[in-house]
Amino acid sequence: MAVIKIPNNKTPIKEQDPKVRAHNFKEVVLGYSLEEAVAEANRCLQCVNQPCVAGCPVNIDIPGFILALKNRDLPKSAEILKSYNNLPAVCGRVCPQESQCEGRCTVGKMKAHEPVAIGKLERFVADWEASSGDVKIPEIPTQKRGKVAVIGAGPAGLTVAADLAKMGYEVKIFEALHAAGGVLMYGIPEFRLPKSIVEREINFIRSLGVEIDTDSIVGRSITISEIKKFDAIFIGTGAGTPSFMNIPGTNLNGVYSASEFLTRINLMHAYEFPYQSDTPVRLGKHVVVVGAGNVAMDASRSALRLGAENVKIVYRRSEAEMPARIEEYHHAIEEGIEFHWLTNPIAYIGDDKGNLTAVKCIKMELGEPDASGRRRPVPIQNSEFTIEADMVVEAIGQTSNKVLLSAFPELKLTSHGYIEADPQTGQTSVEGVYAGGDIVTGAATVILAMGAGKKSAVAIDEYVRSKKISK
Amino acid sequence: MFEITSKEKIATKEYEFWVKAPQVASHAKPGQFVIVRTSQNGERIPLTIADANVETGEIRLIFQAVGKTTYEFATMKVGDSLQDVAGPLGHPSEIKKYGTVLMVGGGVGIAAILPILKALKGVGNRVITILGGRSADLVILKDECERNSDELIVTTDDGSMGMKGVVTDGMKALVKRGEKIDQAWSIGPTIMMKFSAYTAKDLGIPIFVSLNPIMVDGTGMCGACRVTVGKNIRFACVDGPEFDGYEVNWDEVMNRLRQYKDQEKISLENYIAKVGDLSWL
Ligand SMILES: Cc1cc2nc3c(=O)[nH]c(=O)nc-3n(C[C@H](O)[C@H](O)[C@H](O)COP(=O)(O)OP(=O)(O)OC[C@H]3O[C@@H](n4cnc5c(N)ncnc54)[C@H](O)[C@@H]3O)c2cc1C
Ligand SMILES: Cc1cc2nc3c(=O)[nH]c(=O)nc-3n(C[C@H](O)[C@H](O)[C@H](O)COP(=O)(O)OP(=O)(O)OC[C@H]3O[C@@H](n4cnc5c(N)ncnc54)[C@H](O)[C@@H]3O)c2cc1C
Ligand code: FES
Repeated sequence: MAVIKIPNNKTPIKEQDPKVRAHNFKEVVLGYSLEEAVAEANRCLQCVNQPCVAGCPVNIDIPGFILALKNRDLPKSAEILKSYNNLPAVCGRVCPQESQCEGRCTVGKMKAHEPVAIGKLERFVADWEASSGDVKIPEIPTQKRGKVAVIGAGPAGLTVAADLAKMGYEVKIFEALHAAGGVLMYGIPEFRLPKSIVEREINFIRSLGVEIDTDSIVGRSITISEIKKFDAIFIGTGAGTPSFMNIPGTNLNGVYSASEFLTRINLMHAYEFPYQSDTPVRLGKHVVVVGAGNVAMDASRSALRLGAENVKIVYRRSEAEMPARIEEYHHAIEEGIEFHWLTNPIAYIGDDKGNLTAVKCIKMELGEPDASGRRRPVPIQNSEFTIEADMVVEAIGQTSNKVLLSAFPELKLTSHGYIEADPQTGQTSVEGVYAGGDIVTGAATVILAMGAGKKSAVAIDEYVRSKKISK
Repeated sequence: MFEITSKEKIATKEYEFWVKAPQVASHAKPGQFVIVRTSQNGERIPLTIADANVETGEIRLIFQAVGKTTYEFATMKVGDSLQDVAGPLGHPSEIKKYGTVLMVGGGVGIAAILPILKALKGVGNRVITILGGRSADLVILKDECERNSDELIVTTDDGSMGMKGVVTDGMKALVKRGEKIDQAWSIGPTIMMKFSAYTAKDLGIPIFVSLNPIMVDGTGMCGACRVTVGKNIRFACVDGPEFDGYEVNWDEVMNRLRQYKDQEKISLENYIAKVGDLSWL
């Protein structure tokens, strides 16, 4: 019997030195060379049952694109990827691969083996295509099938728009901000997802004929009745409204929501203030970040890059329950972010000028499991202590933005204030109106938002066609 | 996009512009604002929609040059274009028949009180307006306010026009002479709104104030604009900008406006170093 010999570990990838990168906003992970990528592609078994594909929310033909890469047929590899995923350079960088494709990889199930670095290969192929200067634009039918309005230019909206454009629809995206991309533009930092890459992928979607109207707030700049003139509508407005802990001192100067802190830095480029950007951000020396998801990792690492002397993450649960991508957690540790598990802030303390000076915290312990199945953190009596801090960033979650919803009262919402939509099609309670992404699921992931966009594109096509036939 | 079609200097460092923004013009209501960026690397700043012309697709913006962005805007010319104009944002004012309404405007806040005052007059209210300024030349839009009010009172700190004193003196004088006021609005510098709210409370007059916290997106996605009203945190851009003046935590509003003082100074100094003397503005 032939013994398959596969290197145990993923082909190492070049990264910026933690000591250096902690002071700049340049991308942390530098990517594979062609030889490294082929070496990593060779670790793929091309197994028949393809568990990775089932683990991918948009079911990319992963063995297929890896095989093409193995054969050094990069155009083919890129073509396969792009036929499933309109934003591969983004997904390769930000998907939680450990709980999706890579989490199911057969190689990863072998004793002492790491899974194939699928995300890094996806990123390699997408970046190769862009740098080759020969980005293939698929044929777009000239005969138009109908007009579709998309509200919100995040991953959900961009995906539904691209897929419908490819089918031959005229698509117009309405985006409230001055830039398209949603969280990819205003939330996820440059050092993890360079904005030039997001812009590149958005330009590709524009090249499919999709029109993007920025500075257009649906419900304010355009009414719902005006939008209803389109053949169908897709809502992908995200879960952008920050929640606050609402503890005493929340409105002190120096207390930020992660949304504001990251928007100032990413969308408004506050890290380049005052020369390349007019938007300031406060520079904390002693920073406390509340929460331990991707948003908290991004906020803490951004604060460090802005020059903080120390950055502490406080989280009311323990390391095991931490929701962040594992790669980001490791990067944060390497860069010197301190983690205080089972700790919860109970008050912010300020000076007589209204500036934050300290965070009062309490120690927690894990009790009985709660509705989410995780053990509920409960405060330990008399365990209060204070941490000196001139900046706090709360990254404890977001809820749905109400601007559109309050202008569209016919839309049925869930008890949590998100849009009720069929998980298979995105169909809402209003005929011809579809929704997907964070506005349906609550804060989730880029790939789930894209997956929802894909499903809705198919459903919208069916709907518009049947409507036109019955006319 | 967003071309400047007219520009006029209306007081020292205060300008009136008409800008092409058809989508905004056709949806704007009194009390709403836009977010403006002057240039590619510009900050997003909120400015009240002082007027809108649906036919020409233009909106009127009136502002005071106080920092980098408003200085840069003030140097722009007819034919130039703003980078972005997004809106209309915020809840419109509640326009209905109250009876007698008292409109208090101070400084550049007069530009924000004007469209509300016109609309209230339009639905049949008796409108008494008090305009306040440090001196006569800073009382902007006086004639236009006068034309749309049943009575106009001007107060100046130095007595160079109208009554010598502040707007709250005008409010007290009105009540003293037996005026019964059903609803008041006060828009101007935060300190003026704070004291007009206190005075209105003493006089038993319900009052709306339009808060002007620092904003970023203006669509409810960041919480930069949060204020405490009663016991609750509210986002001025989507829950306001108008709130019940009795309930606002004024000291907090004023503190939060000082968050970026040092950086704002650097930003303006850099800009002036780049473009040269701007004392003529
Ligand atoms: C800091 C941060 C880090 C994250 N990191 C990761 C990660 O590493 N991996 C991952 O998979 N996921 C990550 N996520 C989650 C992921 O970004 C989101 O799940 C995803 O972006 C949701 O996509 P969406 O299209 O539903 O909405 P969004 O990306 O939120 O986009 C919605 C868009 O709609 C616009 N909009 C809202 N209201 C209106 C209106 N009325 N009119 C017009 N436009 C409107 C908004 O301006 C916005 O641009 C992160 C999120 C954050 C905040
Ligand atoms: C709803 C609303 C409507 C407004 N309408 C008008 C108007 O019609 N005319 C007018 O002259 N001004 C108006 N303002 C205030 C105007 O937005 C600020 O003067 C402007 O942002 C200053 O920017 P700057 O770069 O020129 O000055 P900066 O140097 O940035 O700031 C100078 C001062 O302006 C305030 N400020 C700074 N940034 C902001 C911001 N993003 N949002 C709000 N205030 C800020 C702060 O108090 C600061 O100390 C309004 C504010 C709000 C919130
Ligand atoms: S300005 Fe961002 S929420 Fe109001």
